[in-house]
Amino acid sequence: MRHDGRLLAAALRDPGSTAALDFAGWTALLAIARAEQLLGTLAHRLEGLPIPEAVRRILADARASAEQGRVVALWEAEMARRALAPSGMPVMLLKGTAFVAAGLSAGRGRQIGDLDILVPRDRIDEAETALIAAGWEWVKPDPYDDAYYRRWMHELPPLIHRERDRMIDVHHTILPLTARITPDAAAMLADARPLANGLRIPSPEDLLCHAAAHLFADGDLAGGMRNLWDIHCLLDEFDGSGFAERLEARARLHGLEAEMARALRLRAALYTGERSRLVGADRLYLRRLTARDGWGRQIRKATRLGFYIRSHWLRMPPHLLARHLWTKFRKGHSPG
Amino acid sequence: MRHAASLRIGPIGFRIGSDWRGPVAAVRALYSDYPQPDDDIPDFNVHLFAARPWRRVLRPSVQIGGDFVIPDAAPLPLAQGLLAAEMGMNLQMALGQRRYLLLHAATAEREGRAILMTGISGAGKSTLAALLMARGWRLMGDEFALVDPATGRVHAFPRLVSLKNEGIAVAEAALPQARFGPRLEGTPKGAIRHLVPDARAIAAMAEPADPALILFPRFGFEVAERPVLPSETFVRLTQASTNYTALGERGFESLTRLVRDVPARAIDYPDAQTALAHIERIWSVL
Repeated sequence: MRHDGRLLAAALRDPGSTAALDFAGWTALLAIARAEQLLGTLAHRLEGLPIPEAVRRILADARASAEQGRVVALWEAEMARRALAPSGMPVMLLKGTAFVAAGLSAGRGRQIGDLDILVPRDRIDEAETALIAAGWEWVKPDPYDDAYYRRWMHELPPLIHRERDRMIDVHHTILPLTARITPDAAAMLADARPLANGLRIPSPEDLLCHAAAHLFADGDLAGGMRNLWDIHCLLDEFDGSGFAERLEARARLHGLEAEMARALRLRAALYTGERSRLVGADRLYLRRLTARDGWGRQIRKATRLGFYIRSHWLRMPPHLLARHLWTKFRKGHSPG
Repeated sequence: MRHAASLRIGPIGFRIGSDWRGPVAAVRALYSDYPQPDDDIPDFNVHLFAARPWRRVLRPSVQIGGDFVIPDAAPLPLAQGLLAAEMGMNLQMALGQRRYLLLHAATAEREGRAILMTGISGAGKSTLAALLMARGWRLMGDEFALVDPATGRVHAFPRLVSLKNEGIAVAEAALPQARFGPRLEGTPKGAIRHLVPDARAIAAMAEPADPALILFPRFGFEVAERPVLPSETFVRLTQASTNYTALGERGFESLTRLVRDVPARAIDYPDAQTALAHIERIWSVL
């Protein structure tokens, strides 16, 4: 078997299939899982199976590391809660922190980077002031980047806490203001589910809508295997009578029908083993999602460049895109 | 990757891939007595690659990557490929190691008990480790001490000893029979020459030891010694650890146990012989 991201997808989908791996296969699987930040997830999937001792040790470390990450993520959410509580504004957790705070299966072993929260758009300045008073400070020293975020993006420029060294992304909208799709962030906040500590998480349908928007309507699909795994776990967890219809209706409300449909098809192709009907550019997406070699390095440069350009195309109208790329080019930025 | 080598140092397996033959050949030659990773499955991967395809041949420069990377790591000239491989392995440990509490320290063992020497770059850790090896101690490593959170014991990580500048001649004189790598001039840390640990260090690298002494050596001063309080030791070791924070509670418990159970001393020394005599004296009255 040629080693790329499909090796990891097979192991996540059917943990028993790893019994057929030789040492080169295991080595590639671990390198790819680490590169895709899915090593902790893989560790949970393979728990209890007979695996080589060297792999068992590596996966035990990954599990311990993910557990420590979970504790830190929840603590960071608590710190943000304390900073924003006096304002009384609703604060919604997004992505990894929301999964672990709600005890969802998508959070098992998941690596969590920044804290992502959503607050009402008309109170974003208030949120910023409160967070800065509580010890967060600017990361982007470049005035162009700062102005760019403030004018065009769906979030504040990233903030980092000066003592805990942890990043927070404060969103007021789901996608950049310049994007062609405009999900209804206010509806997400209105239908959010409260946690015991007063923080909120999106409704099941909105967790999926946000994940699909994040994966297919924003960014260049870097880390896409993990985002699609989130979608797979959420669908598994919420599957039940009428959920598919409610999800479809919700995706329509946010203008994300096409993204959600694509998420369902690609999830089936990579993670459920169903014979799925791929349409349009799906195969190109799969090619991009699984673009790793047996060393965990990125491959398929042309495909990745294509998706990188697409990510900007989605975010901005052409004249803005041209200006942005020109400014970035002059500053020596390369798409990697 | 075009060229690859695998090896195990202490309990940690590595796979090193390279766009060029040279760095892998150098690693193979100097690590020829080291075993393969357990089950042939490495813990970490190191990538030595050309930043642009033509830089493979045109003014070749080695970019260091792997499972864990520092984004702005500067490339090295191909002649320093061995150093790039070493830096790559150290980087994977520093950024990715979660099984052991990692202390930036040189370690040597006698009768099952270990001395941990830690300090800033230039304090003389590598040179002292090499000289202790010459005097019959078992070298456990000159870069990282691996503290097992479950047992409190120290595991060996006897990679090539990285001798720098004045330390090179001192070790060459003390270990005339030892195997050395090529002398690398003009590296980011000046001149570097790698020393292959002796057969005993390699044969016993799977055997952990009980930590018995923490030493903070400082080169370039009149000889002096003082005990170091647990509070100061604790703070200095948190600074000497690359994964103390990432280990969370396990890291805290490992470090508090170490600091509580093991005496610590700081010594200043003007030359290696004075330091060694001093270390032997402290060791004899422990």
